[in-house]
Amino acid sequence: MSLTHQDVARIARLARIAVTDEEIAATGAQLNNIFGLIEKMQAVNTDGIEPMAHPQDVSLRLRDDVVTETNHRDAFQAVAPQVAAGLFLVPKVIE
Amino acid sequence: MINATLKELSAALAAKSVSSAELAGQFLDRIAALNPTLNAFITVDPEKTLAEAAAADAARAAGQAGLLTGVPLAIKDIFCQQGWKTSCGSKMLDNFIAPYDAHVIERVRAAGLVTIGRTNMDEFAMGSANENSYYGPVKNPWDLAAIPGGSSGGSAAAVAARLAPAALGTDTGGSIRQPASHCGITGIKPTYGVVSRYGMVAFASSLDQGGPMAQTAEDCALLLNTIAGFDGRDSTSLERPTEDYTRELGNSLSGLKVGLPREYFAAGLSADVARVIDEAVAQLKKLGAEVVEVSLPNTELSIPAYYVIAPAEASSNLSRYDGVRYGHRAAEYKDLVDMYEKSRAEGFGAEVKRRILVGTYVLSHGYYDAYYLKAQKIRRLIADDFKKAFEQCDVILGPVAPTAAFNIGEKSNDPVEMYLSDIYTLSVNLAGLPGMSVPAGFAANGRPIGLQIIGNYFGEAKMLNVAHQFQQATDWHRKAPAL
Repeated sequence: MSLTHQDVARIARLARIAVTDEEIAATGAQLNNIFGLIEKMQAVNTDGIEPMAHPQDVSLRLRDDVVTETNHRDAFQAVAPQVAAGLFLVPKVIE
Repeated sequence: MINATLKELSAALAAKSVSSAELAGQFLDRIAALNPTLNAFITVDPEKTLAEAAAADAARAAGQAGLLTGVPLAIKDIFCQQGWKTSCGSKMLDNFIAPYDAHVIERVRAAGLVTIGRTNMDEFAMGSANENSYYGPVKNPWDLAAIPGGSSGGSAAAVAARLAPAALGTDTGGSIRQPASHCGITGIKPTYGVVSRYGMVAFASSLDQGGPMAQTAEDCALLLNTIAGFDGRDSTSLERPTEDYTRELGNSLSGLKVGLPREYFAAGLSADVARVIDEAVAQLKKLGAEVVEVSLPNTELSIPAYYVIAPAEASSNLSRYDGVRYGHRAAEYKDLVDMYEKSRAEGFGAEVKRRILVGTYVLSHGYYDAYYLKAQKIRRLIADDFKKAFEQCDVILGPVAPTAAFNIGEKSNDPVEMYLSDIYTLSVNLAGLPGMSVPAGFAANGRPIGLQIIGNYFGEAKMLNVAHQFQQATDWHRKAPAL
């Protein structure tokens, strides 16, 4: 497997990270080396093996359906880049 | 008292031969003198530290002191701590003052431990050399040309340099054990699920686990008593009875079955490390341990499996950094997507970006089965290897890293070369087992080397017992660098 520059640009777009052409070239070479390492997995026969998501086979807990959180809006918005009237502000998304 | 263990500091505080404020002052002075050289701390705030120390002294005067009340503790800059900058080593969070406490922080605050500062780390805990920090590399106190290890490199360097008697770290693929080994201190990564991940900035959620780093195994046991325990806010926190991790420290090692995985002593292990581990095993035999050879045949596959699973989970976890609710936002942008892309391009460093890209790719449409699912199946094979090995032994011993600390800059341009050095630590995280590093000697060039002890699930007390008995018979853990 070898990632082309178009592939790298597409992945970066999916990841919402702006990349320059120089970065694509440099990163592409490194990603191909990393995938060279990762591809070693493909030689292993894993037929019938149950994938392991969590070391302990435990199911997710359910909690009582009651309010547990108090209002922390002011504290949480104190670290936000831009807020107004208790809302997080972003560039206009609807014309 | 800068060379004292937590146990000794606890006794001195109880005997009122020193106050918490005096202790904090001593360590703060030492940080002021040495941190410009070592860069082990990102944030030091004497005012806050001394206020915590004064509160600890007041609690003691009121007869409300616990075992560790008033003892200074360094905190890896990954744990949210209300009122303290929690940067995670990233420009992305350089402006982030945590609005709440992580579970682990609630615990250490309740125990009266005093925050001596927030330690440097690889950005978002991604790295094995502590060279990926926005705040610059940490120097190894034993040799300023050497890396301290990563990602908890600041925590390890702080304890080794006696800038703090103990520290908190996190370990996703070796990030407590490897820096502990490279800096000549003791550190333990508990069984996955023992320490709550609530408020610990997420890297790879199925692997991340916090743990203590200190001079001795006994101190690690005391700290683990403080931070371990169920927390409903972490969906993978385990509901188990409270344990006293010091309970087996004094036990004899007579009859202990120690497993040596043949794959850990194969090609790639440096002569220095092989010699130190051989000597440590010989020491344990003298203490009554029996050695059996075991096999972990899928060890090499831990590298590709880890470098799929960890980046995949990271790409998902780090999608939260969007410049909207907290963290870095680019100064100029033309629309929402441009704001995301620029904020993330500016806020993340090179290694974090690489891992997000790898993770994004392996989780993208059509590739899930070939990568993430495949890696999870290999993860099962690796866990099964350990299960079989633990039918023959009580603990597994081996190296932590193939070599002693390498030089700063030596591997920083070659990510794959860096990843390969994680060979002995990754499989422990993939299996969710507890692992620790214990100082066991030095390389010919004077850099420390740790012995790795891997336990079965919930085997922390047994591992700490082995480490403590080893430390009763050796003094590697009491050696300090000349600074």
